[in-house]
Amino acid sequence: MSMLLEVSGVSVTFDGFRAINNLSINFATTELRAIIGPNGAGKTTFMDIVTGKTKPDEGQVIWGEKNISLLGMSESQIAREGIGRKFQKPTVFEAQTVRQNLAMALKTPRGPFAVLMHKKTKPNAERIEDVAARIGLSDSLTRVAGELSHGQKQWLEIGMLLAQEPRLMLVDEPAAGMTPEEREKTTDILKEAAKTRAVVVVEHDMEFVRRLDCKVTVLHEGSVLAEGSLDHVTSNQTVIDVYLGRAHA
Amino acid sequence: MLRLLYLALALWFTMPVAAAAQSLQDILQTHQDEVLSPGRRSVGVVLDDLVASGLPQALPFLESWRDREIVQRDSDGLFFRVTEDGDTVTLQDLDTGDTLTASEDDLTESRPNGGVRRAIGDALVQFQLSDPDIAKRKAAVEAIARSMDASQLGPLAASIDDEPDAELKETKTRLVGMLGALFAETTDARVSAIEALSGDLSVDVRAVLNRILSNSEAVAASVPEDANIARMLVVGEDLTATDAYTRLVEAELAPALITKLQIREALVANIDGDAVSGVPVATLNTDAARALAYDLLAADGTVPPRVDETTQTEAVAAHRFFVQYAETDPAITDAARAALDNIERNVALNQSVDLGLDALSLASIYFLAAIGLAITFGVMGVINMAHGEFIMMGAYTGFVVQQFVPDYTLSIIIALPLAFAITFGAGVLMERAVIRHLYHRPLETLLATFGISIALQQLAKNIFGTQARPLTSPEWLDGALVFNDVVAISYIRVAIFVLALVFLCIILFILKRTRLGLEVRAVTQNPGMAASMGINTDRINMLTFGLGSGIAGIAGVAIGLYAQVTSEMGASYIVQSFMTVVVGGVGNVWGTLAGASLIGFLQKGIEWLNPSNTLAAQTYMILFIILFIQFRPKGIVALKGRAAAD
Amino acid sequence: MQRSFLAQNPSVLWFIAILAVFTVVVTLMSEVTGVGLISTSFVKTLGKTLCLCLVAIAMDVVWGYCGILSLGHFAFFGIGGYAIGMWLMYARTEGIVMTSLAGQPIPPTPAEISDAIGNQIFGVVGSSEFPMIWAFADSLALQLLMVVLVPGLLALVFGWLAFRSRVTGVYLSILTQAMTLALALYLFQNDSGLRGNNGLSGLQNIPGYQDVSQATVSIIFFIASALALAAGYVFFAWIVSGKMGSVVKGIRDNEARVRFLGYHVESYKLFIFTTTAVVAGIAGALYYPQAGIINPGEIAPIASIYLAVWVAIGGRGRLYGAVIGAAFVSLLSSWFTGGGAPNIDLGFYVIQWTDWWLVLLGFSFVAVTLFFPKGIGGLFDYLVRKPS
Repeated sequence: MSMLLEVSGVSVTFDGFRAINNLSINFATTELRAIIGPNGAGKTTFMDIVTGKTKPDEGQVIWGEKNISLLGMSESQIAREGIGRKFQKPTVFEAQTVRQNLAMALKTPRGPFAVLMHKKTKPNAERIEDVAARIGLSDSLTRVAGELSHGQKQWLEIGMLLAQEPRLMLVDEPAAGMTPEEREKTTDILKEAAKTRAVVVVEHDMEFVRRLDCKVTVLHEGSVLAEGSLDHVTSNQTVIDVYLGRAHA
Repeated sequence: MLRLLYLALALWFTMPVAAAAQSLQDILQTHQDEVLSPGRRSVGVVLDDLVASGLPQALPFLESWRDREIVQRDSDGLFFRVTEDGDTVTLQDLDTGDTLTASEDDLTESRPNGGVRRAIGDALVQFQLSDPDIAKRKAAVEAIARSMDASQLGPLAASIDDEPDAELKETKTRLVGMLGALFAETTDARVSAIEALSGDLSVDVRAVLNRILSNSEAVAASVPEDANIARMLVVGEDLTATDAYTRLVEAELAPALITKLQIREALVANIDGDAVSGVPVATLNTDAARALAYDLLAADGTVPPRVDETTQTEAVAAHRFFVQYAETDPAITDAARAALDNIERNVALNQSVDLGLDALSLASIYFLAAIGLAITFGVMGVINMAHGEFIMMGAYTGFVVQQFVPDYTLSIIIALPLAFAITFGAGVLMERAVIRHLYHRPLETLLATFGISIALQQLAKNIFGTQARPLTSPEWLDGALVFNDVVAISYIRVAIFVLALVFLCIILFILKRTRLGLEVRAVTQNPGMAASMGINTDRINMLTFGLGSGIAGIAGVAIGLYAQVTSEMGASYIVQSFMTVVVGGVGNVWGTLAGASLIGFLQKGIEWLNPSNTLAAQTYMILFIILFIQFRPKGIVALKGRAAAD
Repeated sequence: MQRSFLAQNPSVLWFIAILAVFTVVVTLMSEVTGVGLISTSFVKTLGKTLCLCLVAIAMDVVWGYCGILSLGHFAFFGIGGYAIGMWLMYARTEGIVMTSLAGQPIPPTPAEISDAIGNQIFGVVGSSEFPMIWAFADSLALQLLMVVLVPGLLALVFGWLAFRSRVTGVYLSILTQAMTLALALYLFQNDSGLRGNNGLSGLQNIPGYQDVSQATVSIIFFIASALALAAGYVFFAWIVSGKMGSVVKGIRDNEARVRFLGYHVESYKLFIFTTTAVVAGIAGALYYPQAGIINPGEIAPIASIYLAVWVAIGGRGRLYGAVIGAAFVSLLSSWFTGGGAPNIDLGFYVIQWTDWWLVLLGFSFVAVTLFFPKGIGGLFDYLVRKPS
């Protein structure tokens, strides 16, 4: 199976603090992956590197069948290559309606001129409605995003990700602040999405990770500590030490 | 000569009393003829005798003689100093100073001509140079320095050995050196005098050397043999062909060109009906057409012909253009050139030191003006557009204090803390009333503080009027610290530099060594975390804002001391302060220091490159800053890592 | 789905209608029709106000919609004024010079004409040479092109530099202010080629139409300003509606998010910055012939800040808000500073509005920022509930 994204030997240092240390990690074209790890393990920095927000000091990030290096590409270029990202804090455009939010995310030409001349079309409207149905916001299309509940905002952001039609979805703590029912629905959305693309979920909540029922990668001090099924990694002694050691500190 | 001797002997015997104690009158009687109608040559004898006599009254006599106040009484041949007051003529004995009246008819005036008077003047200088009164000696040396005359070299050199005052002796020696460079007898003496000057940076030495090197541009068919050539001028490089031809015309080595104006006038003068030489007037609206018509006129012999291009080129090619020295001896001009080059190198070096000092003081001002802004910007992310007006408030505080406390030293001592207190209060008030409601809306804070800025500015205008108010510095800050003829810095600027240094230390101390500083740094780095650790961020913000504003007030007093206090003075510093903060990097005292230094040195540097135009200098500086931001968007001292990510 | 954008934005139609009525009423009441209820000088004031409204909506788009607090848009306005002013001054001086040279015994050469015009224009700064930048001053068409090109190019280059290095927020404001200051300082120089602090004058005289009365000229410019404002309003309303508007507002609210959606944020900012700069230039080109004179003082950073103040008072993020703010504050300002407002005698002190107006404006601006962040335009929200 060919790899969608290969991260190899990546390191990054902030003011002497080594946030990522010789990290190597790969993702297949269709898979659901959870990344766990204690605070400061480098989860968010890893996503920053993949999405082009942070430039690593060394290492390689290779993307897709054509083996393109993502280093040196801008955030928007990487996004157009097919990597979508959901932030830890829900970031939707609160002043705009749900439909506008989704329309903006919809995979269409991104150039200013194309956008200026953009005409609303029936297929596009159908795509928006389809995504809205998947995230359960069909009835809220005309509502202003700022009025949505916290969980709905999280879904909307996931919906925007889906509308982008990325090949790789990076999802940072999608279940934070959600009720149990909402979590269940979020799990379903993510599992469904992972059938046609790679979905990487960074999560703290072990219960949520267990429900995702997928391969788990444990990050610690900027590199991979363990990889495998949740049961496999949680029985790993070093993983236990890292978590408990942290908990006792 | 023999006759004179007889005369002297006769006098000697007729005036035995005078002979016992030789008086001024005796000497004068010895040289009656020379005193009465002195000649350029003959006067020397009298002067030598007078100098040799060492009589104190000789000096006032010489002055009077020079000023044409000496008369001879025809009846007895005695000389007197005369003063006329209306019809009364008063005579004064030259030795005793006794006065008596006389009839004008009995007197013959001594009328020394210009050359004689100059000789008397020189003798006077000689007298003055060895005068017991140091003030007179100084005055004489100054007079020599002013006139720089060849004749003064001898007397001045002679007076050096006996000069008791060390400082004056040095001045004399220096002056002799300069005079020697100009007027010494032999080439060798002059060259060595010139070489001795090459270590001196002063303006007068440079003037002396430039005088030796004075030159003029000239043109000739061939370079004259005896000319001391400074350099040749190459047509096309040093001067344009047109210039070269103009010089030929000026030197009357070539016929003058016919100017467009002359062509036009000639054509106008020769209009015949509606044509000139058959060319219709209406077509004369181009230079080419006019030239053609003129040539037709010239062919008729009505006007002189034009000088065509070929003639011009040939004339220029046939001549040499060069710069020649007025001084004919190349050894001397070479030595002077070498000495001057050496001095100019030194001067340039010293000028860069002086420029550095200037830049340093400018950087101090920017630092003082900007540090308050940097603190508030760093801690609260708030740009305070009214910061400039706090500077203005500080300056006006100083002005008001001086209205009540006439002692300038005391008033400054009162004004500094008072200005701090007032602007601190204003800052806290502003923070409480406005800014705290606008946190997380930085652009709106910017505009709201701008509203306060225009209101405060207009308020100051209403209270203090539009004219500039002076803030007088205490006397001990007058004057300048002079290192040499090139490097000097005024004491006010030194004081501002010291003030900036003091504030740098105080701020560093507060930030690094006090509880308040710790809390301020905590809030700067992570306000949310700081708050959750029990730091009262509200209080910190308030105090920081007060502190930043208070420093602006003190900066205002300092700036007011050397600039005018007006209601708009703050506005003229605010943009530079922003630049300083932005260039330096936010939230870091060292960054502000670096920013202030960069901008201060840059501004002075650009002014030095383009001294005639300070507006252009500022324009270029701002353009540089705009470009600088491209490469270091976060400033010189940038925060790194995740703290800086957003 | 395919409704026209005007149908979706009824406020645009309302605005155009009100503007049209206003223009017709003012024209009918002016001295041109003989009614004379509105003096020529007041027509000029109204015409200038319309131009200020136009630059204000440009400012609103760049700040209120795109979140870039530019303190440089009044500089673009001024550049537009200079560009048209160069032609006005050149053409008018040429007319005068030609008349005076006509009496000469032989016809003048082109160089003589150019010298004489140069002397007339640059005599005040001790020069008679035409600087390079006046190369096209004799052509109205080229100078009109300059009105658009110069602010556009300046904005493009400056914006490209600034946005490329991700200068945002307050930093960007300071940087645009620096640009404005540099431009003003440059123009203040006598050797800038634009007559230093004398500026360009006599712009109210339209070359070739000296016989037309100022009353007529003022009405023509008034109508032209109204048309420009209407066109600008529709143009910007079109830009900020639809998907472009979504992206632009998205950039204002969360630039990083828009970037991660795959939009090249810098291009969008550059597009908005440049377009609004061009419109500001056009507004300036209409303003200064009505004002009659332009000098570097007009371009000083403070003017751009006032522009931001108008938009803030009128209400950001709504185009009519900018129009209201600019019209309201600038008219009020000229009423107060022009001595129109009666002084208040407190017995011990007389409040003269010429002195106190700025104090009032400053503090009321603070009050608006604090208590009415939506500005005057926000009041409409209470009157018109937008259907969601």
